[in-house]
Amino acid sequence: MINQGEILQTIEMIDQQHLDVRTITMGISLRDCGHPDIKVSCDKIYDKICRCAGNLVRTGEQIEAEFGIPIVNKRISVTPISLVAECCEAEDYVPFAKALDRAAKEVGVDFLGGYSALVHKGCTVGDSRLIRSIPQALAETDLVCSSVNVGTTRAGINMNAVRRMGEIVKQTAELTRDNGSLGCAKLVVFCNAVEDNPFMAGAFHGIGEPECEINVGVSGPGVVYEALKAAKGQPLDVVAETIKRTAFRITRVGQLVAQEASSRLGVPFGVVDLSLAPTPAIGDSVADILEEMGLSSVGAPGTTAALALLNDAVKKGGVMASSNVGGLSGAFIPVSEDAGMIAAAKAGHLSIEKLEAMTCVCSVGLDMIAIPGDTSAETIAAIIADEAAIGMVNNKTTAVRIIPAVGKKVGDMVEFGGLLGSAPIMPVNTCSPAEFVMRGGRIPAPMHSLRN
Amino acid sequence: MRAFVTVVGKDKVGIIAAICILLAEKNVNILDISQTILQDCFTMIMLVDASDSTVPFDALGESLSELGRKMELTIRIQREEIFNAMHRI
Repeated sequence: MINQGEILQTIEMIDQQHLDVRTITMGISLRDCGHPDIKVSCDKIYDKICRCAGNLVRTGEQIEAEFGIPIVNKRISVTPISLVAECCEAEDYVPFAKALDRAAKEVGVDFLGGYSALVHKGCTVGDSRLIRSIPQALAETDLVCSSVNVGTTRAGINMNAVRRMGEIVKQTAELTRDNGSLGCAKLVVFCNAVEDNPFMAGAFHGIGEPECEINVGVSGPGVVYEALKAAKGQPLDVVAETIKRTAFRITRVGQLVAQEASSRLGVPFGVVDLSLAPTPAIGDSVADILEEMGLSSVGAPGTTAALALLNDAVKKGGVMASSNVGGLSGAFIPVSEDAGMIAAAKAGHLSIEKLEAMTCVCSVGLDMIAIPGDTSAETIAAIIADEAAIGMVNNKTTAVRIIPAVGKKVGDMVEFGGLLGSAPIMPVNTCSPAEFVMRGGRIPAPMHSLRN
Repeated sequence: MRAFVTVVGKDKVGIIAAICILLAEKNVNILDISQTILQDCFTMIMLVDASDSTVPFDALGESLSELGRKMELTIRIQREEIFNAMHRI
């Protein structure tokens, strides 16, 4: 029988330490929705999403009420649209994005991901059309998220696509300039993208996935932070052990919610994603955890080591708590979505270069970083290339979600609102990588012997 | 379906009575009850069986939190499984 202390501990985690399930994401295959006539194809997409996800939000709310655990977002991921749209004769793919947006609004989800293309080795005609349409698609929809995979460990990095994505990020920022270039917050450029990620903006339903499935993303930086307060001054192996125990508890809740959602919706359970996802709320920050370990500010020397410890301990604790772990599974370090990161960036303690180093040891990459609006497309492409190289060589997922906020300069703030938070504009190295980026071609896949 | 009702707040006359009346009205059976004062805070934990409740679970939760608002207490009901998941392997 559960004792009183355990019950109150659970309630305290939920009430005061921001424990929540970040998202229930339903993955839906749209591979049967292709048609030469774009209108027919869009109708099929809309109908299928409404059919599969009609009860998703209601079910999520019921689970919230019964177990007393907040489920912050309900989301949908779909087959990369470049694959669905390829057989269509239209050259403009924006209507697909609008159909997705309409369907997402109809079923009441918070976001829908999968306006995506996988071009790590090269682009098909459909891929090129999709990529070209991204800025307008993101500007003219509200809930649709887009991602493009430009590299893998096995294929290397497609530098033509990287160069193109530098331009696409700029155009997206320009078209959504009135909203703080918000479109860029819905666009991720990946290396080694995963097929079952429930988190946005990078979620899509990969080609190895079933017809429909439920993936769950947990959260809980605040709970880890509170647990670490009790281990003040202890050696780091005690810190790791404390994080593991806490991650286990957090993940068990995720697993419970995933199983309930899966059985109530009659849809197979996919994975629990073990990421520690922060929110802009005070006390729900990954930066706070690193500082609790003994850094005066995130960004200080030692940050990468502390983050490596955190990331590994979260996985070790979480893996035993869930029957199937997948997605991105690691600590997220999105600057705008984490009060501690925002403070460190504002104070000049945290640079893009340090964030890049941190991404070597955690998921997922340079995330929600605002940079000056006059940063060139080549520089953005080069930042993407650097991050993709880290992913490619280290056999891990990396990503870039960067916002060149139009009209803003270093020191300004840009507000996105909600879970996306607000970000200080961070300085970017101004030396030009243009010649390197303009070469195009491919960076060959790396050696995986002689590893040093 | 078993669930825990937890009540936290400032002690006063009639808390248990009010909650028991509400639960009885909805045909929810009380299996176990414990009460203590933690750091000047009234804390009560009740294990209940809501299988034969006359109202859906979310409505039951809403009635309890409404009662909590009236009595200036936090009252919640959560299914037992979430506590088992977190604290038992």
